[in-house]
Amino acid sequence: MKLVFLWTDIMVWFLVISLLTWSWFIAKSPQVRKQWHTIFKSSIAMASSIVLLFYLLFTLLDSVHLRFSMELKESKKSELQYSDTVSLLDLILKHNIEHTERTYSAPFATSEYTSSIIVDEKGVIQKEYLPLKYVGKSDDIVSKSFTAITLGICISLTLIIIHLLWRKKRGFESELPWRTAYIISLLLITIFTWFYILSFDYHVLGTDKVGGDVLYQSLKSIRTGVLIGVLTTFIMLPVAILLGVSAGFFGGWIDDIIQYLYTTLSSIPGVLLIAAGVLSMQVIMDNNPTWFETTLERSDLRLLFLIFILGITSWTGLCRLLRAETLKISQIEFVTAAKAFGVSKFTIIRRHIIPNLMHIILISVVLDFSGLVLAEAVLSYVGVGVDPTMHSWGNMINQARLEMAREPMVWWSLFSAFIFMFILVLAANLLSDRIQTVLDPRNKK
Amino acid sequence: MFTYIIKRILYAIPILIGVNLITFILFFMVNSPDDMARAQLGAKQVTPQLILSWKEEKGYDKPLFFNSNVEGMKTVTDTLFVQESIKLFTFNFGYSDSNRDIGSDIQERMIPSLSIALPTFIISLITNISLSLLLVLFRGSTLDTSMMIIAVMIMSISGLFYIIAGQVLFSKMWHWVPISGYESGWGAIKFILLPVLIGVFSGIGSGVRWYRSIFLEQVNQDYVRTARAKGLSEVDVLFGHVLRNGMLPILTGVVVVIPILFMGSLIMESFFGIPGLGSYTIDAINAQDFAIVKAMVFLGSVLYILGLILTDISYTLFDPRIKLS
Repeated sequence: MKLVFLWTDIMVWFLVISLLTWSWFIAKSPQVRKQWHTIFKSSIAMASSIVLLFYLLFTLLDSVHLRFSMELKESKKSELQYSDTVSLLDLILKHNIEHTERTYSAPFATSEYTSSIIVDEKGVIQKEYLPLKYVGKSDDIVSKSFTAITLGICISLTLIIIHLLWRKKRGFESELPWRTAYIISLLLITIFTWFYILSFDYHVLGTDKVGGDVLYQSLKSIRTGVLIGVLTTFIMLPVAILLGVSAGFFGGWIDDIIQYLYTTLSSIPGVLLIAAGVLSMQVIMDNNPTWFETTLERSDLRLLFLIFILGITSWTGLCRLLRAETLKISQIEFVTAAKAFGVSKFTIIRRHIIPNLMHIILISVVLDFSGLVLAEAVLSYVGVGVDPTMHSWGNMINQARLEMAREPMVWWSLFSAFIFMFILVLAANLLSDRIQTVLDPRNKK
Repeated sequence: MFTYIIKRILYAIPILIGVNLITFILFFMVNSPDDMARAQLGAKQVTPQLILSWKEEKGYDKPLFFNSNVEGMKTVTDTLFVQESIKLFTFNFGYSDSNRDIGSDIQERMIPSLSIALPTFIISLITNISLSLLLVLFRGSTLDTSMMIIAVMIMSISGLFYIIAGQVLFSKMWHWVPISGYESGWGAIKFILLPVLIGVFSGIGSGVRWYRSIFLEQVNQDYVRTARAKGLSEVDVLFGHVLRNGMLPILTGVVVVIPILFMGSLIMESFFGIPGLGSYTIDAINAQDFAIVKAMVFLGSVLYILGLILTDISYTLFDPRIKLS
């Protein structure tokens, strides 16, 4: 067994570490602390960030990949579905991968959704709903649910009590809506524990066409969605800041070139540019099959390329905003004063310009995030999204499209993908709203 | 005014050359004509002669940027890049992989695209503006806050869900409209009804929020206070002053998209089987037909730049303070 680092794993961990360092640095400033304090005073912001943290936890769990040696696989006789490289999340949900049925089954069903034609010993042809292979025979679903929910509540209560003790040590006087945070965490943890424990005996969200567990697919899709939303902004941010600030600050021919660059890029319809980029990327990848060893690495590389292409197409909007704002700030007296004192241009940008752009950057990061998560679904539908073998909500919806035309309808795949996506995007939108109200200086009365 | 428009059009040319360069790099350098020939002819019986003759037939047998075989200016002009660019700039899009004239295909498919995009655009504009004016009128009330929460929720649902849910409810379960398809003439109405409805509804969330923020910014201005002080009713203030002054920021966002309406909607058209430019593009992407994708990229950029010019012109029409120079 050894650790394997996929490209996107490295990037996501790097991002987490740099974000933590950054927040540690800015936490020293009392003004910034106060601002964030104001943001989280709203219980909606608190609740959404707890939800986002939950999604992030799954992403990180899914971003540690292990490769097992072959002997272990044979001795355990457990076929892992995709390759030998599995993530921590795969290990936690191992039973879900192994419990692959033959075809569709509804949530909590005990038999298959479609009838099969059976010829019995006497030669009589019968239509029958075959029982599922991996579903518990006894129907003790109520008592099991009860145990699971109790366990979930116990786990979350333990966590809450630990947090309360930590708060007690620091003194209770806090304006933050911790009660909302506790309730949301209690809900999330309890629901997850309930699903998790029942998933040993049932397919909680049903199975898809080839019998794969939908709950497992939805949970695996979290990583794809979050990665596309987070890494894309992370890639385009340095470009947008560098070009936007230098265009606004230096002016002249630098400004002309940068303006030309982003006008050209933004005049190409977004989806088409992405499609053209992805099509070209496919050609490159087909021509260089040596770049990746396994299908997992292939789909990972494709995800990385997609993130890059999305980054290239999405920096123009922020760049334009930053240029306009830098132009405005450069005219204000304190910058003129700094210039008169002979402060170097680089120092002016670092000390006076960038801190005043922070709110625009932050708002656009959070706003873009939800847009990108939604865009992934559309792109996968168009056929220029993530690799078809990769778990993503877009791919799930894409398959579900045909399932809705079936009679009777197979709705659970679509439903789960949408619920998982909706919660993530809603949380991000609500949080970005709150950040915008607090940080945008135009809202100050 | 006239000189300004000429100037803007001249300014558009370098941008279009840039767009052209980007698509050229994407389509010819990454995916060289040799690769295209191999993909087109199939991997089995590819000989160098076959590739050469295929390239000659398509006109792809020239060097990419620099032709060292000929003299003078021709070293630059007798290249694939210049030849392809001239073709695009004269709107001569050539033939698709299935040997159909792309130019006439585009003309044919523009009407169905417009028949969905235009009604969606107009109806959304009217609903979004009137809804947001209503919310501004009742700003701060329970209606306002609850509608804003609903708007965030509408925004947070993927557009695909509206389409699938709409098709299942209205077509599959209630049989009000056909599930997909298209016919020309007035018979098209029953086919475009559902896509237009879904298009309007899925845009309400972000639209209403955007217009509301624009109007709210106006409401706090001094001239509104003056209007109230002279005794105008709140409704008169909204329609007479706030709406008119809010038009300017609205124009920036709205006029730009009008020309792009011609491009149609990718997702909507392919879900509803409308033979417009959107589904044309999607089919081309799925079939990896580079000629069509290239033509659509170029067309899209031309239309976008047209939108930018139109925005500037509309400014002068609505705001006498702005003079074009």
